Amino acid sequence: MFYRRAGILHTRYQDERQLWPFAFDRGLVAVAFAMLLAAPFVFERLYLVTYILPWIIWSTAALGLNLLMGGAGQIHLGYGAVIGIGAYASVHLLRAGVPLEIAMLAGGLMSAAVGSLFGATALRVKGLYLAMATLAMQYIVDFLISHFEFISGGTQATLQVPPVRFLGVPLASDGAAYYFALGVCVVVTLFMLNVKRTSFGRALAAVREKDYAAAVIGVDSFRFKLLAFWVSSFIGGVVGSVLAVSYYRAISPDQFHLDLSIQLVAMVIVGGLGSVLGSFFGAALILFAPIVLNHLVGAGAALLGLSISADLRAHLPLMLYGAMIMGFLLWEPLGLAKIYNNVRNYLLVWPFRHAR
Amino acid sequence: MDLSLILELSVNGVFVGLMYALVAAGLVLIYKTSGIANLAQGALAMMGAYVTWAISARLGAPVWLAIPLGLAVMFGAGVLTERLALRRMIGQPVIMVIMLTIGMEIMLRGVLPGVFGAAVKKLDVGIPNDPLFLGDILVNRATMIGGLISLALIALAIVFFNSRFGVLMRAVSDDQTASWSVGIRVERAIAVAWGLSAVMATTAGILWGATQGVDWSLSLLLIKALAIAILGGLDSIPGVLVAGVLVGLAESLATGFLDPLVGGGTRDVVASVIILMTLMLRPHGLFGREHIERV
Repeated sequence: MFYRRAGILHTRYQDERQLWPFAFDRGLVAVAFAMLLAAPFVFERLYLVTYILPWIIWSTAALGLNLLMGGAGQIHLGYGAVIGIGAYASVHLLRAGVPLEIAMLAGGLMSAAVGSLFGATALRVKGLYLAMATLAMQYIVDFLISHFEFISGGTQATLQVPPVRFLGVPLASDGAAYYFALGVCVVVTLFMLNVKRTSFGRALAAVREKDYAAAVIGVDSFRFKLLAFWVSSFIGGVVGSVLAVSYYRAISPDQFHLDLSIQLVAMVIVGGLGSVLGSFFGAALILFAPIVLNHLVGAGAALLGLSISADLRAHLPLMLYGAMIMGFLLWEPLGLAKIYNNVRNYLLVWPFRHAR
Repeated sequence: MDLSLILELSVNGVFVGLMYALVAAGLVLIYKTSGIANLAQGALAMMGAYVTWAISARLGAPVWLAIPLGLAVMFGAGVLTERLALRRMIGQPVIMVIMLTIGMEIMLRGVLPGVFGAAVKKLDVGIPNDPLFLGDILVNRATMIGGLISLALIALAIVFFNSRFGVLMRAVSDDQTASWSVGIRVERAIAVAWGLSAVMATTAGILWGATQGVDWSLSLLLIKALAIAILGGLDSIPGVLVAGVLVGLAESLATGFLDPLVGGGTRDVVASVIILMTLMLRPHGLFGREHIERV
């Protein structure tokens, strides 16, 4: 009924290879995109700045991490550090008077260079050991950023981002900052949607499934692992500069700690490994579920006249967040994207189930 | 360079390292039997300390009773964790298993301070806190006693691995299918490993809780334990002892000599540097078995 899929088969290869082969999907994407474009005019400033803008930015970051974790199957517990490197590099360049367009790319390149170093350990170790190596690098980068004064300006210091323009438009207003973040997000999303259809994406998939097997069929698994780290770190660095310019506007070392890395990995897992749509779902759930739960508990306690200790309220997000990671891994390891897909597959030919 | 300062830092570092090693021994125990690195080990230590504190402070049990009770509760918690969560993950990619333990770590870090209150709890187990002078060097008495208890427990673990049940566990770690086929109950061996590892974590949690108070920061023991486990080789209990001493020494000396130069904070980064160096130079650690992968 919705998808009008029953009995219709594609007759040309181009039709089947489209990003969204069904008219209904294209419609959904168009509606979602239009809503994102209209968001600054529809929502109040508070909602735009505290909910939608971070969601867009963290979704972009989750996409970058998903390329590595879902696409190439490499675990990375230090993505927060990668984002931090990009943020610091680009903010320093901006403060030196470099235009944002170049500073952003330079931040990405800087992250990519250091991130490939992270990846260089992937040449020697994998799986569990790679997790440990990236975890250790997260701590080391944290330490270096906060202890070298020419990077962070001191342990307690924050770096102000100077007023910037992107393609001639000043990013001072919230709307402009939002559109800037949205633009980067759209570019990264399109890249991620298409990367699976390129030889690069297919090589990554081969490495993910089994690196020896990939080597046997002529895919240089070391090279592609390293490339995956490079590309994913580049995206991370660009996200770092977007984050600094349009959301934080002043950066300090504690914004890029291990918590951020874990949060990003959680977004990827909860959303669905390797799924583009899942990254958006995962970011939304990880960002908003604790807030919603906190409000619900507060409202429930007020309604029932219970007193809930401040400590409990303060730790609810952490509990929920851990429980969500565990729950998804135990019951739906492919995450929200898989749930969405199940619903979609059911509706695809509904009510003619026999046509599937 | 002041010789007595170096000596003092070394002695205290060794004891602290032994206390870290107790957490690492639990990690190794689980890795040996089931091939999983439990990143919730630090959180288990924190949970053990909280549980013991709750039994003694909330239920009013005396300390000599609270500690065995706490250990028993945590043994059960470890077994349950394995049964309810980890066993369902058999056959999943390693990234999923690691994330599951991280999820557990985050949840425990929320649940325990949330339920019992986030303020630092005082856990008094009767270890006097006044410093001890040996000649002209000053030794922290609490860490010394803690270090010696840890040493004894790790030695006990080595002895345990030579008992009948320990041999069963070694068989399981060697080849699960083969041990199954000769009639070893693999699930039970893994469950006991989890229980024992939770007990070790609890002991470490109590010892650390007695020296620095009980709060969420006990879960930060994880990174030190990881450094020790990796340096010693993930599947070697004697390796844990040696690596524990090395990491404790490195950390203590770095704190003593590098902190004044860079302005503090080296304590937390030493463990990470050790992890990275080990993985780069000798991924299987000092005493670990070199893992051969077959295509």
